[in-house]
Formats: sequence, C-alpha cells, structure tokens
Amino acid sequence: MRLVAHNMLQCHVKGCNSNNFPLQLSNVEIEIQETDFNPMFLRNILPKLEWNALVKTALQINITTLPNVLPDTSTDDLDDEFLKMLHRVLLETHIQQGKMICPNCNHVYAIKDGIPNMLLNENET
Amino acid sequence: MSRPEHKAPPEIFYNEEEARKYTSNSRIQSVQAEMSLRALELLNLPEDETCFLLDIGCGSGLSGEILDEEGHIWIGLDISPSMLQIALDREIEGDLFLQDVGQGMGFRPGTFDGAISISALQWLCNADQQSHNPKARLVRFFSTLYASLRRGARAVFQFYPENDDQCELIMNAAMRCGFEGGLVVDYPNSKKAKKYYLCLFAGQIPGGQKQQIPQALGEGEEEPTDVIYSNQRFEKRKQRKSVKNRDWVLHKKEVARTRGKKDVPSDSKYTGRKRRPKF
Repeated sequence: MRLVAHNMLQCHVKGCNSNNFPLQLSNVEIEIQETDFNPMFLRNILPKLEWNALVKTALQINITTLPNVLPDTSTDDLDDEFLKMLHRVLLETHIQQGKMICPNCNHVYAIKDGIPNMLLNENET
Repeated sequence: MSRPEHKAPPEIFYNEEEARKYTSNSRIQSVQAEMSLRALELLNLPEDETCFLLDIGCGSGLSGEILDEEGHIWIGLDISPSMLQIALDREIEGDLFLQDVGQGMGFRPGTFDGAISISALQWLCNADQQSHNPKARLVRFFSTLYASLRRGARAVFQFYPENDDQCELIMNAAMRCGFEGGLVVDYPNSKKAKKYYLCLFAGQIPGGQKQQIPQALGEGEEEPTDVIYSNQRFEKRKQRKSVKNRDWVLHKKEVARTRGKKDVPSDSKYTGRKRRPKF
C-alpha cells in the first residue's frame, strides 16, 4: 500500500465516525518501488491530501523530508524538487507488512504483502 | 447457464484454482479488457489528465491493467485473497485492499475522480451469511461510495443482473444514496454481446452542464461490428444447404396424404417458401 492510499483511508467500522483518521501505523516494513514521475497527478492530488496527517504518518516511519507546512499550491510553479520528493513519499513508498490502528475504536487492520485486510467482524458492520 | 454467485460466496468461489483459470483464460481477458475500456469511456474523465480511480472488485487486476495503460493511478478492492495474490504476482501498479464492499468503504470524502467495477456488482445481491441483508449491504456500499467520490464524478458498473428485480434492487439502493444516472445497455439485441453498465453520477459538476446518461452502443443492431463472436462449428453449419427445401416439404405432404391423414394443407405457390424478413 502506498502512502497516498493511506492518506485517503479512514476507519470504516460502523459508528466510528469521528477521530478515525489517520490510521496509526505500527510494526511496519517499508519498501521503495520506483515508478514513473508524474508531476500532473501530484498537482491534482495535492488539494485532496490532508497534509498534517501525511507529515505525522511520514514521521512514524522515519521519513523526515516533508515540510511541516504545505507550500502554496495555488500557483502552478511548484518547484520540481518538491514534487519529486513528494512523488517519492506518496507513490514509491510502499508499506509491505505491519498494522494500522484506528485512533478512535482501536480496530487493527493488518497489512500482509502490501495488502491491508479491511474485512470487519460481524458486530462491526 | 449456471451463475457462479449461486455456487459459493466470492471469497470461496474464487479460490487459487479458479482465480488462476479466470486470469489465464484469453477469452475472459479480452472481454474484460474491452468492458474496462468501455467503462472508462463512460466515466467521461477529462482528457489527458491523470486521475485517481477506484476499481471495485478488481480481482487479479485485468481491469486495473487497462487503467495503468491509460495512465491513471488507482486503488483496487476485492474480497478474494487468491485473486489478489495473482494480482500481486502480475505486478500491477495499483494499491490492493482485501475488502468486502458490502461492509462499506473507509475513504475520505471527495477522494476519487471516478470508480469502475467490472463484473462484480451482482455478487452483492446475494446473502451468503445469515447476517447478510443484500439491501442493507447495497445501501451501505453506495452511501460510502457516494461520499468518497468527488462531486460530479461518475461510477460505472458493468454487471450481470440475474433478473429485473435485481436491477431494480441495485438501482433503488443507488438512488436512495443520492446517485443520479441510470442503466446503459450495449447491444440490447445480441445475446452474447449484450452488456449492462450502471452509470451513476455523484451529484452534478459545480457550475457545469447537467450530466446526461450516455448513449448505448449498437441499439437495433444484431451483433456488434467490432467484436466478432465466431464459432467455427456454427460457420460450417451455415455453409451447408438446408435439406428442408420445397421438394422435401411436398414429399412429406404427399406421404401424409397417402397415409390418409386429414387436414394436410393444400399445395400452393407459397409452399416451402421462406418468409420475408419483415414478417
């Protein structure tokens, strides 16, 4: 699972509607898989990101390259270096093994071979 | 034809063996690719833009491959671990999630620019466990999907409805959750090429034109022009001339008369003649 997906993901246990984002990572194994750099996609996705959550998550897995405050995204001339760094974090950093824990209801989503198990128990739906 | 939904729940039906067969079958591959392209066309995404898409029931990534080729970034959901394992082995680009969409999805509001689903929706209409209520599961699915789509984004589902009731059940659930849109039936007169696409709009584009249900392909035509469903055996049969010609009919009637059978129609110029296509 890439970090861009993690940034979009919140707990979906029924009734768990507040404070359910971002899911906390624990015991994670990270793998870098290179892909093509696509500045257009990054510009599109920037407004959708929860920047604070991304920085927090990145720190949990020892990525310290992200600035604390998101640079101005309204202008088109975001510098290439920033986008390349963002590409590295969002699209090339894969979480291969580990757990995601909901900060509200403490549901644990296990990640195995890069695939998070999002199945819920009967009493959670 | 038996329907796989009737045999077992999806996570059990698509075991390793079935998942491997499904993915390596070249006919399924080509039909899936074609349906994915059509679904993508119905999504009506802005041209030359990389979008963030959701693939519901992605399986082994046959449809995701098409999204990759078109340059989109996507997330795939599926309930069958074996299918996802094959997707991993095939090294597709998208993120994979093991998920039962009937339990709802946890994506933040406005995440996706569109969603596609190929041959998956009909599975949701089944109650595989005692606690399953298809109607409630559909509503839960559509409401969480609606939330995760950008305003004005579309969701296109290719599916195989079992009957009209199932269509209605799905449509009602979608409409209840705020979706607009409707059913697009491609090649409605062809048995094999007929395909159902449920085309849903998550609201209207702010300040944009009102979205219309797209035009279906091949209405009135018998078979699609670009897909040829050939069957060698059938073609050979077509070349052979029919033995039931006029002489054969006259002979049969003669035999019937000599046997003393009553109400044998009298012979005329119409005997043994083909009906006009207009008839």
